[in-house]
Amino acid sequence: MQKILLTLLFSGIFSGAFAQKWGTRAGQVDFFSKTPLENIEARNKAVSAVVDAATGAVAVSLQVRDFKFERALMESHFNENYLESDRFPKAEFRGTIQNPKAIDWAKDGVYQVTVSGNLTIHGVSQKVTAPVQILVKDGKAGVTGTFPVRLADYNIKIPTLVAAQIAESVDVNLVIAMQPL
Amino acid sequence: MKYFAFLALLFSPISSFAQSGNDDLLDALGPQAEKAQLVTATFKTTRLVTAHSIENLPAGVLDFRISHRFNTLQNGFSDFFGLDGATTKLMLDYGLTDRIMIGIGRSSFNKEIDGYTKIRLLRQRTTNMPLSVSYMGAISMRTNNGYSASQNLNFTHQLLIARKFSDRFSLQLSPTYSHYNLVPLQADPNNIFALGIGGRVRLSRRATFNAEYFPVLGDRLSGTTDALAIGFDIETGGHVFQLHFTNAPGMTERSYIGETRGKVTDGNIRFGFNISRVFTIVKPKGF
Repeated sequence: MQKILLTLLFSGIFSGAFAQKWGTRAGQVDFFSKTPLENIEARNKAVSAVVDAATGAVAVSLQVRDFKFERALMESHFNENYLESDRFPKAEFRGTIQNPKAIDWAKDGVYQVTVSGNLTIHGVSQKVTAPVQILVKDGKAGVTGTFPVRLADYNIKIPTLVAAQIAESVDVNLVIAMQPL
Repeated sequence: MKYFAFLALLFSPISSFAQSGNDDLLDALGPQAEKAQLVTATFKTTRLVTAHSIENLPAGVLDFRISHRFNTLQNGFSDFFGLDGATTKLMLDYGLTDRIMIGIGRSSFNKEIDGYTKIRLLRQRTTNMPLSVSYMGAISMRTNNGYSASQNLNFTHQLLIARKFSDRFSLQLSPTYSHYNLVPLQADPNNIFALGIGGRVRLSRRATFNAEYFPVLGDRLSGTTDALAIGFDIETGGHVFQLHFTNAPGMTERSYIGETRGKVTDGNIRFGFNISRVFTIVKPKGF
């Protein structure tokens, strides 16, 4: 009886480690635009993300205004001219891990999975598929990955005058450390 | 003992089951207060036309500004619509912090030198804060007459109160107090008050229509009139071009608010422009 009680107690205490959902409000999403004339880099450190370990469902959401740039003017142009963050304050991803069974969330390890779903930027949704790496260690899970975003796909117009300074496709980088919820 | 086991069973998995609603996965993070975001880009640059706008330079950004005000258009081709003559002002502005900027300038009108500080007191937010308020204080000195430096000084204090009503429309009030240590005539007041009003209408992503008007309230220097300007801001990458028409040849607060001579209605309209080029001197942390 005591053994059962102990087991139950422990399962209660450590239920975190086997939780069905993982998430954070402080994930990081960067993007890079590389051209011979100018490199542009921006960083958002207030990204919300949740993964449902059981179903493989994924949700990521961020405020466009939280992207910080090296140059204030870039940030201003990004918000005012390109992403129009007053009209479209959020960017979101809703999708699923295609092979959720490949991940043992309870065991330390590195898992390569593919995530696919809908990415919404600038009010436009597009289907995307990206390989991501999930690192489970000491009861935490880190998601890293890189995928390209073509600006034209999201109706983000770059005037010809600055077209040489802004890449047609920017690389988006994820570094999201999640805890069991 | 059984009860304890039962209780333990009851409580252990509840945290995971309680969140299994499928409507929004992000709800699992718990409720989050909607953040009140700062309202930015009330105006394109730190000046409406000649007058200060509510905008400050961000920390570590240097702005080099070149401004011209040409002669009046009314003489037509004989002086090429005023373009044969011009007053010029060169300015260097710098953002010390995101709230405090300073600047120095040299103007050919009365050979003035000037310096100023602009401080953000309140910043408009998406909720809870409907207005932005800044203080601007400037000192300027004429250097083209025989009077002493202190006699040629002017001190101007300005409160800037602005609201971005929408993506397209922003409005600003600029109550101004200006003190001249020396005025031309005995009858002239040493202190003048003006209530500046300015605004912008956004025409496209990169162009706005701006206007400013500075009526002097009460006594004014004899022979002067209120300054009026309308113009366009055109932004191209790191530059902002401001093209405008105004009756004021001066570009310091003392001169355009208090010393503008020549009414618009008498044909005293001048073409002018400002060019602003910003440079990032100190990069923000994390880059």
